[in-house]
Amino acid sequence: MEHVIAARAQMGTSLAFHIVFAALGVGLPLLVFAAEGLWLRTRDRAYYDLARVWAKGMAILFAVGAVSGTILSFELGLLWPEFMKQAGGIIGLPFSLEGFAFFIEAIFIGLYLYGWEKLSPRAHWLSALPIVISGPISAAFITMANAWMQMPTGFRIVNGHVTDVQPLVAMFPKPWLTEVIHGTLAAYVFTSFAVASVCAVAWLGGARRRQVSHGITVAMTMAALALPVQMIVGDVAARFDAENEPAKFAAMEAEYRTQRDAPITIGGIPTQDHITGAIEIPELLSILVAFDPHAQIIGFDRIKPDDRPPVAATHLSFDTMVGSASALVLVVLGWLVFVVRRKPLIRPLGLAIAVSAPLALLALEAGWFVTEFGRQPWIARGLLRTSDAVTTAPGIDLQFYGFSIIYVVLAAMSWWLLRRVDHDSLQAQRGGPSSPIPAAS
Amino acid sequence: MTPVALAAIVGLAAMVLYAVFGGADFGGGVWDLLAWGPRRTAQRAAITEAIGPVWESNHVWLIFAVVILFTCFPPAFADIATGLNAPLCFALVGIVMRGAAFVFRNYATDSPTLVRVWTVIFGIASLITPFWFGDAIGALATGRYAWLSVFALSTGVFAVVVCAQIAAIFLVREADDTALREDFRKASIFATLAVWVVGLAPTVIAYGEEPKLFAGFLSTAPLIAVGCAVLLGLVVMFALARRHADAARLAVGAEALAILVGWFGAQAPALVPGRYTYVQAASSDAMLVAILIAAACGAALLIPSLLLLFAVFKGPRTTADYDSKASGG
Repeated sequence: MEHVIAARAQMGTSLAFHIVFAALGVGLPLLVFAAEGLWLRTRDRAYYDLARVWAKGMAILFAVGAVSGTILSFELGLLWPEFMKQAGGIIGLPFSLEGFAFFIEAIFIGLYLYGWEKLSPRAHWLSALPIVISGPISAAFITMANAWMQMPTGFRIVNGHVTDVQPLVAMFPKPWLTEVIHGTLAAYVFTSFAVASVCAVAWLGGARRRQVSHGITVAMTMAALALPVQMIVGDVAARFDAENEPAKFAAMEAEYRTQRDAPITIGGIPTQDHITGAIEIPELLSILVAFDPHAQIIGFDRIKPDDRPPVAATHLSFDTMVGSASALVLVVLGWLVFVVRRKPLIRPLGLAIAVSAPLALLALEAGWFVTEFGRQPWIARGLLRTSDAVTTAPGIDLQFYGFSIIYVVLAAMSWWLLRRVDHDSLQAQRGGPSSPIPAAS
Repeated sequence: MTPVALAAIVGLAAMVLYAVFGGADFGGGVWDLLAWGPRRTAQRAAITEAIGPVWESNHVWLIFAVVILFTCFPPAFADIATGLNAPLCFALVGIVMRGAAFVFRNYATDSPTLVRVWTVIFGIASLITPFWFGDAIGALATGRYAWLSVFALSTGVFAVVVCAQIAAIFLVREADDTALREDFRKASIFATLAVWVVGLAPTVIAYGEEPKLFAGFLSTAPLIAVGCAVLLGLVVMFALARRHADAARLAVGAEALAILVGWFGAQAPALVPGRYTYVQAASSDAMLVAILIAAACGAALLIPSLLLLFAVFKGPRTTADYDSKASGG
């Protein structure tokens, strides 16, 4: 395998794996916090059981997320030493702040997971709060570093050397806010559908206890709150790209030539210079970008061939993200209809919620693909090309295969255990051994 | 003091904390692998209980040390990550497998086969990581990234033994049962002797094969540090003989500090011998100052949180406390 391809494959696999655990690490604490809080408020045992089961899942996911995140912090140097050499001294601030936020998470996750019998119920509930807060904060810091790679700032280049570094300016590159909000909300959206889906599968399997229906309600409430905001922010982010990152936008929308009255292109089989089999809706892209059917949209013809991102990967990822997110909107609408009418869940809706997890996973991964493929061929746009940043160390392809096998094993084992956690809670419900409920404080 | 020196000290501090606390967790895995005698299961349970609540946060010291290295000394990070690509990868494999195996075996309780498999992986992974990190440090000190040299391999073995020593001594204090306590006390004495014997190997090999490095150790500061490490080893032995668990714990932590300071001192002012000094590798002052301020603010949040964590789980124990843990998790 070619060196840079092997390195990109390894980095991509590591991130695609880690992003799932990272997103759940942001979203799940909020659900656990909500469930335990509802228990304290209502004294409904089902909420307590829910918090216990979700906390078990959180323990497994957090452990795997922590170690896969460690791999990434090393891989920055193991795979992209030239990038770190230049960028480390510019975007160091969000990275080190993330270190602290993650530290707080790790400390309180220890307290929370092992503190059920050691802390008073109220203190235990509150020990989740730092995790609820520091999770999204650490995700935000990492996203800020990613935003810098899209539009590097906060330094000057004199005679080929980086000088005049302004750490606080570099921390807030132009796309930081849209990226941070879009990325963090993605974590909540994904988590809420993943959890709702697990509950819905149990429900479809015949489980009718309150724990299951409460689980669907709590998780779908989070989805209904996060998803609409996410769609609006996503729209803002796309318009931001159209204005500030035309190469990425042209790749996302498969726009080969600059034109007025630009149609929107959906699906198709794109190459670097043309697309076949796509659906075109006249003038819609111009309307979406500028609210004007005659607005001009910049296409690939204005981008130097060497600076063009891969169209197929970027465009299809973009459409996958928008498509699955739109399907998720329908699921939320369907659920809302039943909630507003106070009707019990019906089977088709249960099925729709059950399939929402893979859809949400697709949206999460595809959305991240759009940012990263759309940034190519640059590792830091305008500053350093990906192919110039790669390591000279030998054996990167072997590393890729080795770590890929590890990820497969970890994913399989996590999956098996999470199913087991669910199964355990079923056992408990049937009168098996169960954790005692602490007395009210 | 210059920002460069301060950043170097913060990095060293993170490494020492990782070596002591993270090292104790890896050492715990080593004793898990070596669990012996009639109380084998109880030993494993005590190790699990000791590691459980704290390993995630102990592990973050490593991430912190790496982040300090790549933000404050980026060219050195790039150079080390290229030169020591292989041993660092091996250490990473150990980190992943150890962390994953630990939760997997704790949550797969209804499948004895899987528990057994992940217990073995947990033990082996706990050997791999300290060995390859130790090897990487030795290889860095050679100044030519000779990670397959006898010297680097001997520092790898030394690192494993030191981790086992720290863990055994920490476990003496953690165990509630007297018989278990005696088991871990015996293990501590054995491990301390092993540290002395195995510690001779890198010294002798450095004398023969790495004259530059050996000369580095002969200057005042490293000599004092190494002398302290040896003395602290004696204090550890004495405290163990008199059953002063807390004194032994403090002394072994100080011993790890002395060993790492000795290594830093022997290389100083080089960060990567023969390639980068700290000053040559340092980021701009603006960056260093920003990181140092962030570190100070972060520490203000971190230290009380860590104290809380350790107060809840590592404070004085009662038997009732111990019994109730059986249902925890």
